[in-house]
Amino acid sequence: MTALPLRVAGLSWRVRLRGVAVTLTGLVLLVLLMALNMRIGELRMSLSDVVAGTFDVDSATHFVIMELRLPRALTGALVGAALALSGAIIQSIARNPLASPEILGVTTGASVTVVAGVVASGSAYGGTSGLLATLGIPALALAGGLIGAAVVYGLAWRRGLDGYRLVLVGIGVAAVFTNVKFWLLTVGDVNDTGRAMVWISGSLNGRGWEHVTPTALALVVLVPLTLLGTRSLDALRFGDDTITALGVRTNLARALMILAAVLLAAVATASAGPIAFVALASPQIALRLTRSAQPPLLCSAVVGAVLTAAADLIARTAFSPLELPVGIVTAVLGAPYLIHLIWRSRK
Amino acid sequence: MSATAVAPRLQVLRQRRLTVLLALLAAVFVAIVLSITIGSKSVPLPDAWHALTAPTGTENDIVIRSLRIPRTALGILAGIALGVAGALMQGHTRNPLADPGLLGVTQGAAFAMVSSIILLGASSLLAYIWFGLAGALVASVAVFALGMVGGRGGPTPVTLALAGTAVSALLYALTSAIVLLDEQAMDVFRFWQAGSIASRGSDVVWQVLPFIVVGLVLAMVNAPGLNALSLGEDVARSLGQNIARTRTVGIAAVTLLSGASVAACGSLAFVGLIVPHLVRPLSGTDHRWLLPYSGLVGAALLLLADVIGRVVAPPGELEVGVVLALLGAPFFVALVRRRKPVRL
Repeated sequence: MTALPLRVAGLSWRVRLRGVAVTLTGLVLLVLLMALNMRIGELRMSLSDVVAGTFDVDSATHFVIMELRLPRALTGALVGAALALSGAIIQSIARNPLASPEILGVTTGASVTVVAGVVASGSAYGGTSGLLATLGIPALALAGGLIGAAVVYGLAWRRGLDGYRLVLVGIGVAAVFTNVKFWLLTVGDVNDTGRAMVWISGSLNGRGWEHVTPTALALVVLVPLTLLGTRSLDALRFGDDTITALGVRTNLARALMILAAVLLAAVATASAGPIAFVALASPQIALRLTRSAQPPLLCSAVVGAVLTAAADLIARTAFSPLELPVGIVTAVLGAPYLIHLIWRSRK
Repeated sequence: MSATAVAPRLQVLRQRRLTVLLALLAAVFVAIVLSITIGSKSVPLPDAWHALTAPTGTENDIVIRSLRIPRTALGILAGIALGVAGALMQGHTRNPLADPGLLGVTQGAAFAMVSSIILLGASSLLAYIWFGLAGALVASVAVFALGMVGGRGGPTPVTLALAGTAVSALLYALTSAIVLLDEQAMDVFRFWQAGSIASRGSDVVWQVLPFIVVGLVLAMVNAPGLNALSLGEDVARSLGQNIARTRTVGIAAVTLLSGASVAACGSLAFVGLIVPHLVRPLSGTDHRWLLPYSGLVGAALLLLADVIGRVVAPPGELEVGVVLALLGAPFFVALVRRRKPVRL
């Protein structure tokens, strides 16, 4: 294995060249996808139009790029990165490739509160189109996500945290949230239900700068912190006994990493709804591309951003002028890829 | 331990198993009585007996014969099917979290139902059920095939669970795309997804009955082989087990049982997941007992949940799937917290 030691301020990582190569390739892909996302839409532009429009403040293309396409594309990439990073952390801690923010109650909790809000406010208040859409839904989602995670975490905690118990409790709580959500969907008017369905499928339609900022802030703060925590995470895969022997303060390290994962997923879900599969698939894809033992955090985030950006490009254009929720595309894209990975790993 | 000490212990064990069996049968009977008599219109016991034995067309007779009996019968069938399917699935995947949702059965049924609406204009409950059943069968076969590809000893728990998650997510996404485009499909989907055994009618019961009976027979045939498999594939092979055949019979049983109940009732979370955990302390790990116990507990649980859903929110009803989740989850969490969960 080709690995280089990297030391920064007394901390050291072993940097694997393959991982760096994969991450850089992902970043290049991401830039290409963003450029495509700027060009393609109802109004098609050449790359020079895009560049010219960006700097010509008075032009119509400037508005399309700076107010419609760029914030939407950025939201997509940032949300994808946050979800993937969250998934990578949770999968490492739970030592389970099926674990995701859904298991931790974040996305399911958010879905319940949002559906409840949409159904309760109903068409009488303009449904999701009024104040509820711009401020109410993200706030509801964030609150629901944090409450969901607190419930799961609180119930799973018993003189320490067992990854296995966490997953079990998460499954149980997720089932309740999901069924309450289904019930709420039967209570509401079918039009409100339709609007709620778009949100709970994960959608980037009409996302603006107000969605970019919170996700970007969360990433800026939490990415360095999670990278610092990587080393304790690396030790986790040896099992609790070994870690205790190694002297890592397991529960504290785990609690902090989980908190970071929850915040990342909650902010992402508040911005764009629960985009299916990115958190689950990206770490697994990154794991296999880099051939590492644990889902690599940074690389997972890049894979998540690429996946989401590509999916949104398809969601916007495939059935134009109709826009699908991006979450449907991520699932349709991500699932076969995971199937392919399973198939290949069996040979 | 000497042979003389083993024989009386076996005797005690056999007696205990029969006692538990009788107790569970009694529980199911009580649940049936409750399910027939309690509802938005409560029927006194003598009237219920009247409706069953010598109906004369009174209002109570009609309520019981056309609504309560089909509903109760479907509850029993679905409860038995899901309980047994859950136990089988957990045994085969060695995954204590396995339930019909895991293998893509639920989403397979949902996808087939909504696509039948938009593509073929299907509009009756019976038509949905046939499509749902077909979808459930195809999805679970696909998941198992996927888990097996390239492997020699059959699917491992992890690949099977991964394959199930992948196929479920894919089907759910396609289903969402359809229901977002079509309001009628959305309306069917949201009520089906909540899970209910109400207003299904006796024709639905007769449609799913054969599938469930065949599934139960296959499950019991599968039990001894599954016992051997739970010792590990190598041990099972050295005991002369045909592993591929045992797996195939098992998955056929799971598919029939969960496919039929999911198509008829929608998504009933937790029966398949929680029942085997409740039953294991009573039955031990012997699947010849675990499976029938799970069936009985599943039936009692489903009927009781349905009765609770009828009385808890008058004048309306809470779908049984919702009640099951609200009842099952705290129990499940308590179970998980009380001791280290059984690692299969």
